[in-house]
Amino acid sequence: MDFLRPLTWAEALEMKAERPDATPIQGGTDVMVEINLDKGRPTALLDLAAVAELAEWTRDNGTVRLGAGVSYTRLIAELAGDLPGLAQASRTVGSPQIRNRGTVAGNLGAASPAGDSHPPLLATGAEVEAESVRGSRMIAITDFYRGVKRNALEPDELIRAVRIPVATGPQYFSKIGTRNAMVIAVSSFAIAFDGRRVGTGIGSAAPTPRRAPEAEAFLESALDWSGPLDADVARRFGELVRDAAAPIDDVRGTRDYRLHSLAVMARRTLTWAWEDHLRCA
Amino acid sequence: MADDMTGGVPVATVARVGVTLTVNGADYRLDLDSRVTLLDALRDRLGMTGTKKGCDQGACGACTVMVDGKRVLSCLTLAAQCEGKDVTTIEGLAADGVLHAMQEAFVRHDAFQCGYCTSGQIMSAVCLLAEGRAGSDDAIRQFMSGNLCRCGAYGNIVAAIREVRDAGGHDA
Repeated sequence: MDFLRPLTWAEALEMKAERPDATPIQGGTDVMVEINLDKGRPTALLDLAAVAELAEWTRDNGTVRLGAGVSYTRLIAELAGDLPGLAQASRTVGSPQIRNRGTVAGNLGAASPAGDSHPPLLATGAEVEAESVRGSRMIAITDFYRGVKRNALEPDELIRAVRIPVATGPQYFSKIGTRNAMVIAVSSFAIAFDGRRVGTGIGSAAPTPRRAPEAEAFLESALDWSGPLDADVARRFGELVRDAAAPIDDVRGTRDYRLHSLAVMARRTLTWAWEDHLRCA
Repeated sequence: MADDMTGGVPVATVARVGVTLTVNGADYRLDLDSRVTLLDALRDRLGMTGTKKGCDQGACGACTVMVDGKRVLSCLTLAAQCEGKDVTTIEGLAADGVLHAMQEAFVRHDAFQCGYCTSGQIMSAVCLLAEGRAGSDDAIRQFMSGNLCRCGAYGNIVAAIREVRDAGGHDA
């Protein structure tokens, strides 16, 4: 396995163009599991940890541009106000040790349906900034996930940053696991209000993370924005979220449990968000 | 040694990489198989076996060390990525034969039984105090959640950390 160590972003892009087979590695919290357990044998690793540009984030025109090298720990400490849903999801990633090295871009690169970043990225309509020596392009988050552990990146492309709208309303994330720390989600859900638009994201309950468009449309039309949350509306929202999922039975949980838990999490997160909405209204 | 194990991969495809590791203040020049983790480099190449291998997949915390002052899992950290970084292991906590306050507190509170998770627990505990995460027992439990103890010494671990916090000692 070759080990490639670019020191600048330009160098990283050149190396990836020359070695499209190289697996990018940042914190290593996902890539190293594969290597240690011999699930994959990369022919080359492209170490992005020394590329200083990636470790920065900026806020511009209501959007956070989150560099691919910003750790979950930093996101939680520095961006919980701007990106509450993503920060909440980040707090559930692995453990303090893993959050010190893991990144949102790494979650996207791995593209596991169970990744904790995905539901809030979907709920907020994030975009992935992909770059290669050929140029840069923005990929809508809904176009990014292409299958189990497959994403829309071309072989010569790297993730430069993720662009996430700064929150304008309540955002919540919920995750089911067998314990509180160091678990991969059995199922997960995120909700985000942007004005009177509702965003959703479902995790670990389909071949890819996905939105629940019918549930979003239902809520936008059925909500009475000035009054208390109608219990029937909340229940129906949960059902529509559940109906948008397509889970399987696997080692972490059953299809039926995932469907049930999604309906519950959708109702709960909506209830939390509604409490915030009424408090701020 | 771990870096000699090719796991059935033809040797020709296993690249070597030169790395200088700074561990507990001393520099070590190593020639490693590019796939070697920091954990295996510490244990098998440098003979520092205080850092333990529990799961090798980031699920137990036994291999916790500090890299540039932050706690990380050495099993999920590639040794080659540690060039120029300061690595601190359990062997680096005691100074001049005097145990670190956290080590002493673990002994005093019987905060272990078999001892296998203890190095990782202590490294995490030292970092937790430096991070300012020990405000309450709940906070301690939450921010120690990356370290499993199969013997179930959790209550005594929390007591040890609480004592060091109250004594104001958190110099890592």
